[in-house]
Amino acid sequence: MEIIKTHYNRRSFLKVSAAAGGGMVIGFNWLMSCAPSQEKAGLAMPDEWFDINAFLKIGNNGVVTIFSPNPEIGQNVKTSMPMIVAEELDVDWGTVLVEQAPLNTVKYTRQLAGGSQSIRQGWKSLRIAGASARHMLMEAAAKQWQVPVSELSTDQGVIKHTSGKTIGYGEVAAQAVSVTVPEEVQLKDPKDFKIIGKPTKNVDGQKVIKGEPLFGLDIQREGMLIAMIVHAPAFGMRPKSVDDAAARSMPGIKDVFVINTLPDGVEPQWSDVNAFKELVVIVGDNTWNVMQAKKALNIEWETVSAPMDTNSYDKALSDLLEKKADTPARKDGNPEEAFKKAAKIIERTYSAPFLAHNTMEPMNFFAHVTADGAELIGPIQTPEFLRKTVASVIGLPEDKVSINMTRQGGGFGRRLYGHFGVEAAVISKRVNAPVKVVYTREDDMTQGTYRPAYKVKYQAAIDKNNNLIGLKIRGAGIHESPVFANRFPAGAVDNYVVENHALESNISTGAWRAPRSNFMAIAEQCFLDEVAEALGKDPIDFRLELLERAATNPVGQNNDYDPARYAGVLKLVKEKSGWGEKKNGVHRGVSAYFCHNSYVAQVLDIVMKNSKPVIQKVWCAVDCGIVVNPEGAKNQLEGGIVDGLGHTMYSEMTFTNGKPDQNNFHNYKLIRNSEAPLEIECFFVDNGIDPTGLGEPGLPPAGAALANALYAATGRRLTNQPFYKEEATISPM
Amino acid sequence: MATFKLKINKKTYSLEADPNMPLLWALRDLAGLTGTKYGCGIAQCGACTVHLNGAAVRSCSLPISAVGNSEVTTIEGLSKNGDHPVQKAWEEVDVMQCGYCQAGQIMSAAALLNQNPNPSDADIYNAMNGNICRCGTYLRIREAIKLAAQMK
Ligand code: FES
Ligand code: FES
Repeated sequence: MEIIKTHYNRRSFLKVSAAAGGGMVIGFNWLMSCAPSQEKAGLAMPDEWFDINAFLKIGNNGVVTIFSPNPEIGQNVKTSMPMIVAEELDVDWGTVLVEQAPLNTVKYTRQLAGGSQSIRQGWKSLRIAGASARHMLMEAAAKQWQVPVSELSTDQGVIKHTSGKTIGYGEVAAQAVSVTVPEEVQLKDPKDFKIIGKPTKNVDGQKVIKGEPLFGLDIQREGMLIAMIVHAPAFGMRPKSVDDAAARSMPGIKDVFVINTLPDGVEPQWSDVNAFKELVVIVGDNTWNVMQAKKALNIEWETVSAPMDTNSYDKALSDLLEKKADTPARKDGNPEEAFKKAAKIIERTYSAPFLAHNTMEPMNFFAHVTADGAELIGPIQTPEFLRKTVASVIGLPEDKVSINMTRQGGGFGRRLYGHFGVEAAVISKRVNAPVKVVYTREDDMTQGTYRPAYKVKYQAAIDKNNNLIGLKIRGAGIHESPVFANRFPAGAVDNYVVENHALESNISTGAWRAPRSNFMAIAEQCFLDEVAEALGKDPIDFRLELLERAATNPVGQNNDYDPARYAGVLKLVKEKSGWGEKKNGVHRGVSAYFCHNSYVAQVLDIVMKNSKPVIQKVWCAVDCGIVVNPEGAKNQLEGGIVDGLGHTMYSEMTFTNGKPDQNNFHNYKLIRNSEAPLEIECFFVDNGIDPTGLGEPGLPPAGAALANALYAATGRRLTNQPFYKEEATISPM
Repeated sequence: MATFKLKINKKTYSLEADPNMPLLWALRDLAGLTGTKYGCGIAQCGACTVHLNGAAVRSCSLPISAVGNSEVTTIEGLSKNGDHPVQKAWEEVDVMQCGYCQAGQIMSAAALLNQNPNPSDADIYNAMNGNICRCGTYLRIREAIKLAAQMK
């Protein structure tokens, strides 16, 4: 059992008046205003609700509403975060309703979806929220019964006295409201968890299968107009003049104008990544009418910075790989010396293209700006930053800007960059009406904020006794190098150097599910496979040897992984997959990676059909500490694997004269149902460590496991993504 | 502009629209049925799948003027209480991640099982390959279809 001070984010547990600190509290949740009902099948609604703290309220009949603070983008936090609160509150999950909390920086910290951090960083405050509410309910019962609270216990929403009498949470909720928030509370021993660790269905599952309006694009409002943007056709351009005569005369069209979403004087937030700040806007009564009129606009564009071509930046990145960096990002030992005395040197260069996020729900946002305030609703991973920018751009204090988050049709990093929300606010202010901004798929895919194009060159020095004695890694990428200097195998190789180069570009880039890791895992894990082969070692044993070295006698400083946990997932996947067994016609690949605080190792089996692989099975071993919701965790890992395989194989953005060559799913391929593995099986290391996230870590290793299996089958090393260009495609089954 | 009388989920709707307006936008913007989703607008992703007389069609690429007398079924009308076998199986398998593609997936799956109550793996791939799930829930989709086939 753990006694914990409630000072941790204490303001969440105190009553705060709405005006007290930034964030006008609009007294309703948008879901209530447009979704048919909040009810769970068979759950009676209470007559009265009592707010216990920022995370929960309890009805007089014992029904509990838990507010999920973080944006739900498909990573399952709207289910798993409330599970943590419910666990410590000690209630039956069947009596819990979940609501998305609006942005409120007074009540909550870090209302952000990014870096797979929601669970890791929310763990303590969510537990305290549940535990302190439980304590307050017990205090209220103790007072009512005139007994010491130490004689009370709880069981699934019921308070029990040692004498045997009981009372439900709902019956003391009214009194609990005025109980002083405890200074410290007792947290459960993880071995007593009843909800955490139990496979739990998605709280929005029923609504999704019935097609209820949950997403930003589904918002309807009295008098609402539809707005679409037209951004420049190529990076490095902006609108010069607009001939809107034809468009304006088309049915339903209300207005056409040009906006600047980041005018001079506005200090940009980190999330204000946008290559197209100046936009042509067209506003009308419905989506189709606006789409049609948009095509009738005659816009002249002007070039403001030199356009880039795929060929030109590809060559520039290759040139950077030949250039020594002024200072290495990390250097251990004497790599130059090691390479001089090497008996054998292995060298490989890997590359990957720009990628679009392509969330299934294109960018959109609702805004209603009046003289008194701005109401924004929509899918956003960074509501706090959006509010700052909106307040500044439209000239309102932050506490006059409210943001409600809808369920989000995918994030993958794309909705960290909330320019679409700013656009909605600017447009609403201009047309003086509620507005929903809607991107077409084409607007969305050609807008930028891409996963950058990357290259990395690996060189390994092997001495005459067949030992890996040196490693040189040189990375180059658009806006950033992909290489993490302190990640494995740093710490396991005596002579080691990392050099980083970045290439500036007017093509905008941003975080894309497992940033940099999504490329580095593939390069690194393919290269280690090749080195293991050159050394005549089993690829898993070779990795374990390196990890053993990093654990017992680490090289250098700041190695940012735990070699024992890393080795743990490799050993687990080795055992579960029966690694080492030979199966006729089956080719295997292995890969392991650590990112976002979680460790993942995968073994992937293929059989070849008409010289194309059929992916038979992926074994996935994971160490993310305590698994809050095993069902959600598995779904994330399966999705990460499918996503990783698909993008490694098929997807890319290329550019001609600054103009994207791909703009919709007919020329940008995403993996399809028949190409996904036949089977994925997940295994979790059971170690009781505080939980870490899973939205991203399943993705990075997958592409390398496939590439290594393909090498086993064909004898060809794949290095340049997407691999279909190297004539590798998955056999549709 | 013209007036179209559409039979949607067993109700008649009278909608004023440009004859070229795709059924998708008529459903979402005019009939207020937002369960049918927009993903690409060019019949490549399946998010907009509805039934026309029981068969799956991509509503983003079907002009309202071509619907005529056909019975349109959207996700909202697939069952009264979300208890169509495909919906029940979807919930049981806990298929969804973000959930955005799932209305289209469910409608494609329901149409498949209408025509073919016991689909083979190949039948499932054929019917479902037009539906993209960016979150990668494909394995669960297959599993849920097999479960629904057993429930029927
Ligand atoms: S929106 Fe119709 S198929 Fe994509
Ligand atoms: S569940 Fe997100 S796109 Fe399918």
